[in-house]
Parts: sequence; C-alpha cells; structure tokens
Amino acid sequence: MTWKFTSAVAGVALLASAGGAAAEGELNIYNWGNYTNPDLIKKFEEAHGVKVTVTDYDSNSTALTKVKAGGHGFDIVVPSANYVPIFVKEGLLLEARPDQMSNFKNVDPKWVDVPWDPGRHYTVPWQWGTTGVAVNTEAYKGDVNTSAIFMNPPEELVGKVNVVPEMADVLALAIMYEGGRPCTEDKALLKKVRDSLMAAKPKWMSMDYGMTDKMSNGDVMASVNWNGSTFRVRANNPTVVYGYPKEGYPIWMDSVAILKDANNVENAKLFMNFIMEPENAALISAFARYANGISGSEAFMPEEMKTAPEIVVPAEFKAAGTFLPTCPKAAQDLYTAIWTELRK
Amino acid sequence: MVRPTSALSSGEITARRTIVRRYWLLCLPALVLLVFAASGPLLIVLAYSFLEPAEYSGVVWSLSGEGWFKVILNRDIFDDTISLADAHMTIFWRSAKLSVLTTLLTLAIGFPTAYFIATRPKTHRQYWLFLITIPFWTNLLIRTYAIMEVIRNEGILNSSLMSLGLIGAPLQILYTDTAVLIGMVYVYLPLMVLPLYAAMERLDFRLVEAGYDLYATRFQVLRRVIVPLVKPGIIAGSILVFIPSLGAYVTPRVLGGGKNMMIGNLIELQFGEGRNWPLGAALSIGLLVTVMAALVFYVRNEQAER
Amino acid sequence: MAEPSSTRRRSGRPFSVRHLPGFTLVAAACFVMLYAPIVTLVTYSFNGGESIALWEGFSLRWYVSAWANEAVQEATVRSLVVAVLASGIATALATMAALGTTRTGPFPGRMVIYALINQPLMVPEIVTAVALLIFFAMIKIATGYTGLAYLVLAHAAFCVPFAYLPIRARLEGMDLSYETAAADLYATPWRTFRYVTLPLMTPGIVAGAMLAFVISLDDVVITEFVKSAGQDTLPTYMLGQLRRMVTPEVNAISTALLALTVLLLTVFFALTRKRG
Repeated sequence: MTWKFTSAVAGVALLASAGGAAAEGELNIYNWGNYTNPDLIKKFEEAHGVKVTVTDYDSNSTALTKVKAGGHGFDIVVPSANYVPIFVKEGLLLEARPDQMSNFKNVDPKWVDVPWDPGRHYTVPWQWGTTGVAVNTEAYKGDVNTSAIFMNPPEELVGKVNVVPEMADVLALAIMYEGGRPCTEDKALLKKVRDSLMAAKPKWMSMDYGMTDKMSNGDVMASVNWNGSTFRVRANNPTVVYGYPKEGYPIWMDSVAILKDANNVENAKLFMNFIMEPENAALISAFARYANGISGSEAFMPEEMKTAPEIVVPAEFKAAGTFLPTCPKAAQDLYTAIWTELRK
Repeated sequence: MVRPTSALSSGEITARRTIVRRYWLLCLPALVLLVFAASGPLLIVLAYSFLEPAEYSGVVWSLSGEGWFKVILNRDIFDDTISLADAHMTIFWRSAKLSVLTTLLTLAIGFPTAYFIATRPKTHRQYWLFLITIPFWTNLLIRTYAIMEVIRNEGILNSSLMSLGLIGAPLQILYTDTAVLIGMVYVYLPLMVLPLYAAMERLDFRLVEAGYDLYATRFQVLRRVIVPLVKPGIIAGSILVFIPSLGAYVTPRVLGGGKNMMIGNLIELQFGEGRNWPLGAALSIGLLVTVMAALVFYVRNEQAER
Repeated sequence: MAEPSSTRRRSGRPFSVRHLPGFTLVAAACFVMLYAPIVTLVTYSFNGGESIALWEGFSLRWYVSAWANEAVQEATVRSLVVAVLASGIATALATMAALGTTRTGPFPGRMVIYALINQPLMVPEIVTAVALLIFFAMIKIATGYTGLAYLVLAHAAFCVPFAYLPIRARLEGMDLSYETAAADLYATPWRTFRYVTLPLMTPGIVAGAMLAFVISLDDVVITEFVKSAGQDTLPTYMLGQLRRMVTPEVNAISTALLALTVLLLTVFFALTRKRG
C-alpha cells in the first residue's frame, strides 16, 4: 500500500512542477520528431544559459491545429514551406525580422527571397530537400529519373513499389507527370491524373513510411522517397540510387518561425540567430541528413554528405525541381477527393 | 421502464426514490469525468459537423449541410453527377468486416485461454494473468513493428514454415488485409481475455459436474452450461474488441501498408491534410450514433429476453 | 460429436470436470503468439545497426544511447506516471459506476448512464483528440495552467469503459444472497461492501485496472493533441520518429522496462506468497 502512496505523491509533485508560466531562461521548441540534433541543443544551452525543451509532432496539420487552438506553451515551430503562408495568414507567427539579425548574412542568397516568406521577415531556413524516387538497381536497371517508376511501373518493379502516403507530394509528382503544375484546378488534367493513379495502384506493394529500413533490407525495391532517407539507404545498401523525376519533382524546405503567443521571444530570437551560424547549421544537417541553406556550412559537414548526389542536386536535374505552393481550398478539395478514391 | 406508480404505496415510492438516488450518486463521479473530458467536448464536434470548412483547417461559423451530405452522397468532381459515396461505403464495409473477424478470432483464441487461466490453481492465476498483459506493457508502435518483423517475407513465420517444408515460397502476408487482421487480433486480445477471465473465475464447477452427471457430452456442457454462465464476459469482451477495432488507426497504417484506409484513417485525413473538418465531424458523429444505437438496441433486447 | 460421455470416461486419463479437449493447446498457442513479437523486439534492441528490421550484429549501443538520452527517459517516466494515475482514477470511478448500474433492475436514466460510460469507445481517437484539444486550449488560456493534469484526466476518461466492462461482467451473475445475508446479520452497508462485495468483485477490478493501465500506456493520438510543451510520452516520441526512421533505441527502453516489470513482479509474488 505504501507503493500506492509514494506513486500518488510523485504524481502530484509532477503535476505541480509542470504547471505555471515559463520561468526565465527557457525555450520550448515544437519540431518534427527525430529532427533536432541533441548536440545542437546542448551547445545552445551552454552558450546562452537557456533550458531548452523539444516536443515532437508528426505532421504539418497536427502542428497547425495545435498552435491554432492556443494554450500550448511553444515558442518555436518548424513548418514546411507550403504551410508557412497558412501560419502567417492565420496570424500565428511573430514578425521576428530575422533578416535584420547579425548572422543573416550567412543565408544562401537563393533562400532569401522565397515565395512563402519574401525577404525572410518571419522564418529562417532549417533544412531542405527533394521528393523523388529511390530505386534498387538490382531489381531494375533502366532510367530512374522519372515518375514512371511509380506512375507506370516497369515490369521488374510491379508489386515491389512503395508510395509514401504524403498527399501533397504524391499528387504534385503525379500532376507534373501528366504535364500540369502543382495546385492546378484543370479538371481534364486531374481526371487523367486520377485515372493513371488508379491504374497504377494495383502495381504498388504499399503506401507506407519507413523506407529507410524497408529499402535497406530489400523488402521494397522502389519507392517515392525523400532524398535524405535515400542517402541513408545507400549507406546500408549501395545498389539503391536516387532519381530526380525529369517530369518535375517537389523541393521542400522546413523553416524556423517564432509563434505570436510565445512566452520566450528573446530566447527564440537568440536561437534563430544561433542556427544561422554555419557551424551550427552543419550540426542540424549532420543529424537528419538534409541540406540546410546556410552558406559555408558545408565546411563543417560530414565528408560523405559534401558530394552525395542525393544531397547536392546534379546540375542537369536542377531545372525540374519546383516548390510546392499553398493550394487554395478548391484545389485542396479536388485533391482530397482523388486521394480518398485512391485509398478506398 | 418505471413500474406504474398506482401499484406502489407512497412509502414504497420514497424508498425506491432513495435507492435510485443512491445508484445515480454512485455513477456521478464517473459521469462528471466523462462529461468533462470525453462526451462534453464532443458537442464541439457535433456543432462543427453543421458548419462550413475554413480555407485552411478549422471551420467558419456559418451553417452548412455539406458535411453531412458528403458522408453518404458524392458529387462527382468531374461531371457533377450525384451518386452514393462509393469510397466511403467501401471503407466502412472493410472496417466492419475486419472488426467482426477480429472479434470472432479473439473470441476463438481468448475463450480457451481465459478458461485455461481460470482453471489453474488459485495461487497461480495471477501469474498467468500477468503473462497475458506483460507484452502489452511495451509500446503499441514498437509492438506493431515487431509483428511486422515476424510476418515479413524473410521473417520468422515464413522461414519456419519453409524449413518445415509446408510452403515452397514465402507467403506475402505483410501489407494485406490478413496482416491487418493478425495485428488487430494481437492488439485486442487482452481486451477479450481479461473480461472473459473475470466472468469465468467465478464459474461454479458443481454446475458443470451436474451436467456430466446428466450424461451430457463435453460439447454439450460447454454449450449449455459454461457459455450461458460466462455470457456477460463474452458480451463485455466483444464490445471492447469490436468497437475500438472499428476505429483502429495504427495497425492498418503500419501492417496494411496504407493502400486501403479504414474509417479511422479516413476521418484522420479530413481533420488533417484534407482540411475538411465538417466532413470529418459528420463522419465521426455518424459512426458514433450508429454504434451507440446498435449497443442500446442490443442491451434492451438482452434485458427483454430475461 | 454427441458420442456418449461414458465411453470418454473409460479413456486413460482420470476424468476431470474442468478439462475441455483442445483448450490447453489453444492457450499454449496463444502464449506463443503473444511472445513471438516480443522476442524479436528484444532481439533488435541488441542490434548493432540503426534499423529495427535489418540485423547488423550484436551490440549494446542502443542501451548506451538510451541511457544518455534524457528526452526518451523523461518520456518513459511520464508515460508511466500518467498510466498509473489515470488507471487508478478510472478503476475507482468505474467500480462505483458498476455498482450503481449492475444488479439494480431498470431505473430512470440507466440507459443514459450506460451509453455515456461506453461513449469513449465509440468514436475514433482522433475525434476525441480534436474535441479535447479545442476545449482544453480554452481552459489553458483562461487559467494559465498547462500541467500534466489535462493528460491524466483525458486518459482517465477514455479508460473508464475499459475498466467498467470487466467489473460489470464480474458483478452481473454475482447473486445478492451473500450481501443480503450480511445485512441480515446486522452488518452496516459499508461493512457489507468492504467485507463481502469488494472481495467477491476483486478479480473483475484487477482485470479492469490492468486493461485501463495498458490502454493508457498505449495511447498515441489523444496524447499527441492534448500534450503541452515538454509533455511527450513514449508513444508520441515514437510517432514523431515514424515518418523518418525508427531506431532500436525504443526497443532498448522497452526491453529494460520489460526486465524491470518482470523483476518487480517476481519480487512481489515472492513476498506475497511467503505472507500467504
């Protein structure tokens, strides 16, 4: 019975300690799971005497919903490019003016005037990457730089292809494969997109995450996949290559923003400035294996990342890459209908 | 429901009232908690189902029947013809089918297991009970991944079947409805075994003996004596397995390979990337009402039978 | 099927009224099935590689890494605290509610109570999660309190039906004669409850509490939406990893937890047996 008593006391103590407003010297980061290098946090804590807490989310929509509801206690959030404008329009972000911070000079010029945050008044780059196709060359020796890998799988890959269940990425790839632009509302084109997706689905094995494991051990032979994940796969299984679909592929970037209802604005600004330091940005990349958008960080990156074709986009494929814009509601409804039809 | 008051004296009525008040007081703390942290907030969802979706997730406060319309009817996005929402029906049907199968399988495995535990010597029962629950003290996701590891093509199941010579080539179980079924049976098994055990533990074996004395076979004793006696446990277990498996989310996502959604995934899509909260709300209130009506109908019938 | 039982009675083994053919075999198969994934889970906690599905030799690296990872340890402790508190509350309330709704005969509102208690089972978690997020956010903003109590209450609420149904199943065929006898012997209602009813319903309460504990420990979706800053539990920590890469670190934590559980239970049983 004493056990019950002790646990009750421990519980009450925990309840009490977790409450109350944020004390000085704290920072609450809300970021994608398994995405924040603990060494980066430790370094920041030591440099500025701030206690940092990282809490995870698993999708942009979860983060948006929670932040919008309020009362969450977070200071910093890291939304993807197509969600930043939503956060801004909903009035959830603080105009922190990172473009006036001392380390802003390190941001690669091509990441300054970005469509989702022109001139960087709200956000600083965290990491960026591409969504393409990963193919095990033991199973298929043909051209990998095409969305046909999953839109019209070659004989050798039938029943062995995976498609990550990311509605925005997959529909963007499919639309560009059929010759359209992301967020299109052209019904004739969308009909073609739906029909070819429906025709391709029976040839897929699954629509799942976790390809780093499943392609490494050969369960899956080809997949729509992210570049950083494919980079990890190649380290385990050298026969896997990453293809940049020539019909067009999405580029994405996750950016650090400060929330309007943040309790620790000053610490959050310190953190923003901190991660624009090349050496610190390199820590971010070394952990999650994506590029970061800070010039000069390459010098501090692990050797194998500097030349990896998954991380450094080869010149010939650069033009096919495109940012995913924030789609209007009308387009979004069409896409959800197609997606539901596809996965019924 | 209430006995006709004319048949009771006023003293009986007061006494009955006191007793009923005591019943209510016993239930009150649970009801307060549930209204505060479960059912009450659902009213928000109910209200949302009658509103318009906002541009980016959430709702706009203006009335609309669009959410409910879309639950059962589908306006074709290409030619605007209206038809039954075929995708929603398919998904609902798959969920119902898999849930029924899960319930039957957990009962088929759980009944003998609970019986086995309940017939151990009294001091040993708690060990067996813990042996059932210990696997569930590990995280659901990591357990689901472990199941995946067992049933994948090079997994334990396939390699042991092959080395026994039972099959020539590995069976593709992973990413099929069978995999979802295996996973759900595994996940929901304790929800069947524990209520069954609670009911069987008080099984009076003198009644079983009486059955044998009257020359009943084992099967007859099981069907005519044991099953009726532990029926409350069977009902409780079936409710606990069937209803949550209707809304299962993690298992179909990981083991089913995500090609085919279940209701839980469909609703999640509307609240998440689909940005259509009213439709998600209408889908879930519809599910709630269907299941609750079935349950109340069932319990009423059950009572009428007695 | 219906061969006379007398022939069976002549067979080798002594006749036991408790025995049902094939049941022990199914139970054995059930235990094998329950533990097969646990064996793989434990095995991969010793994986030298980064994967939970690709074996790269024996190593203790994930135990070392879990030992150094404060976030995952805090999440584990938080999961346990929430599960203990929530299942405790849920079991106590469910026991009372079961007493108030079983063996009572119909009374006004009984159906409503029954429907309310079972309601958390009937909507997918995501719905409760969104509703609670919006409702609790209002309270959080109004009061400024963002502690763990929200998680505990949310968990306790959805654990109630899981605790209630086994207890009710136990109570339902328990006849009132023992309690009536106690009352006839001038026991007060409380003493009747304490010394007659409660001991009789204990197996139901134990089963219900175990279910509630397990259900709370496993919850992902509601926790993901209700948690405030710094309140990750083990399941939400893992959910965050799902899309990128799940490492065997969580296997190591789970294995350590399993070992600890088995150790504690062994000690507990050894102690109670001596006393008994």
